[in-house]
Amino acid sequence: MAIAESSTEIPQPPLAIVRWLRSIALLRESWVGMLGGGIVALFVLMAIFAPWIAPFDPNQPILPFAFPGDAAPDGGTFVLGTDHQGRDLLSRIMWGGQRVLFYATAATVCAYTVGIFMGLLAGYYRGWADELISFVANVILSFPVMVLYVLIIAKLGASGANIIFAVVFASSPGIMRIVRGLTLDIATRDYVIAAQTRGESTMFICLIEILPNARGPLIVDFCLRMGYTTITIGALGFLGLGLPPPDPDWGGMISDTRAFITGGFPHMAIIPAIAVSLLVLGFNMLADGMREVASRD
Amino acid sequence: MLKVIGTRLGVMVLIMLTVSVLLFVMNEGNPRLVARSVLGPYAQPEQLDAWVEKNGYDKPMAVRYITWVGRIFAGDLGDSIIYKQPVNNIFWKRLGNTGILAGITFGIMVVISLTLGVLAGMKEGSARDRFISFISIFTTSIPEYASAVILSGIFVFWLAWLPGTSAMTGGFNAVELVLPVMVLTLYGFGYVARMTRASMAEVMTSNYIRTAVLKGLPYWRVIMKHALRNALIAPFTVIMLQFNWLLSGVVVTEFAFGYKGFGALLLEAALRRDIFVIEACGIVAVFVAVGTQTIGDLAYTYLNPRIRFS
Repeated sequence: MAIAESSTEIPQPPLAIVRWLRSIALLRESWVGMLGGGIVALFVLMAIFAPWIAPFDPNQPILPFAFPGDAAPDGGTFVLGTDHQGRDLLSRIMWGGQRVLFYATAATVCAYTVGIFMGLLAGYYRGWADELISFVANVILSFPVMVLYVLIIAKLGASGANIIFAVVFASSPGIMRIVRGLTLDIATRDYVIAAQTRGESTMFICLIEILPNARGPLIVDFCLRMGYTTITIGALGFLGLGLPPPDPDWGGMISDTRAFITGGFPHMAIIPAIAVSLLVLGFNMLADGMREVASRD
Repeated sequence: MLKVIGTRLGVMVLIMLTVSVLLFVMNEGNPRLVARSVLGPYAQPEQLDAWVEKNGYDKPMAVRYITWVGRIFAGDLGDSIIYKQPVNNIFWKRLGNTGILAGITFGIMVVISLTLGVLAGMKEGSARDRFISFISIFTTSIPEYASAVILSGIFVFWLAWLPGTSAMTGGFNAVELVLPVMVLTLYGFGYVARMTRASMAEVMTSNYIRTAVLKGLPYWRVIMKHALRNALIAPFTVIMLQFNWLLSGVVVTEFAFGYKGFGALLLEAALRRDIFVIEACGIVAVFVAVGTQTIGDLAYTYLNPRIRFS
């Protein structure tokens, strides 16, 4: 009797979070994705531990125009040299990475929140809500992005909050389009119709039934967008519309020191340029790996 | 087909109108701020009021918007505050300069990305495919401002082959275009190459290609005659969308090299609140972006027989 009872027991599916982690863990099958993830992880660790591992104060002028490997006056070494004001480049890269990663993550997560909400609204209700949201998205997406950023930041002023606002404004329409397309498709599936028949609330259906099943393309897009937001934050810093000084930000570092390239000190601008590119490369490879793994099964 | 064209053009006009309202409200919504921008920070409140009245800025916003649109259609873009002369005198020359830069970049980029995309997609999963795919991710990860300084370090400082700025102070100089074109191409080609690769790879697995190979046609003939024609339809739309990206890249690249183009003008105008220049730049940027997108969509519809004959 006991045997019969145990055999009718339905095996519980693993918790949602476990399934999410499992789908991410599949990444180990793609070396591109692993390498990308490694690069990103390295930058994240560097950003988190910047206060402890940075050899110097990032804003403290010590010895101007030092080359990589030059000795510091107090016995240390400027591993990556110093800039025109004598600030240690390695420390500035580390602290700058913290700012870049913080603002990129904050901005992308906010953009995703808005984009997912709008996309679910448009894709689930369809009708005039969809028409309206899609038209607004088309209008915003018809601007060349950098033109939009320049217009918004020049109007509102350069600050961290305004950069986040500008990124949300410019990139949530793109996220909205993806979520809308996925929702239109998923909303016709049997499990959604079953939930509707059970009388679940719209909120439950959207967040518990639809959204988790749309995660595949969204995770890939999230990685790509993290890279793109990193580029944007750097570009704004480069154009003089970025985070306010004196704290280091990679784009601003490039802009401040690029005049010294022809003067014989190309390392000052090239090192932050390599840092941005490497981080973006990490995000792009991570996204590529995720896509590859997702398309395999 | 006519109906499709009509709908697309209608949507385009609607978007342009919305964008023009946005730009107008953003720049000229507050008449006193317009007066402040024109007269400068030291103007007295009475002077601002006098200016507002004299130039008709005391009328309701809707009336002003309609007058403004009418003026633009008549070809009057207003006067630049920084340059103290009609926007028309500066704007079109700058736009022409950007046209040269973007046109050359576009030509080179299309050739490189289609060639690489086709080469990679011909044999999906081969070493050549993986190599090209990696190169295109790699170059797309280097933003324009980063490649601008890295390439300057190499070609201007170490090798001393190229000039570091592209201001063209001594008249038109093609050598000064090399670095900006390189920077824009490097960042831009990867995306189209990847799209072309995906499209080509899909075509190569189709039945008609297998048939062509099995009936004994030479490989290059299969590629040139059967695969390419179908594989290049999808990248075409993507290529037209590249204009939008190119205009973005142009802002950063022109600033980086001091090239006197449209992007640098927009940036300068935005930073110094030269409102009539901002409006002209904004309208034209969106017009180019939406226009090319519309052409891309229509051409795609026309090129793809499955849509054309349905």
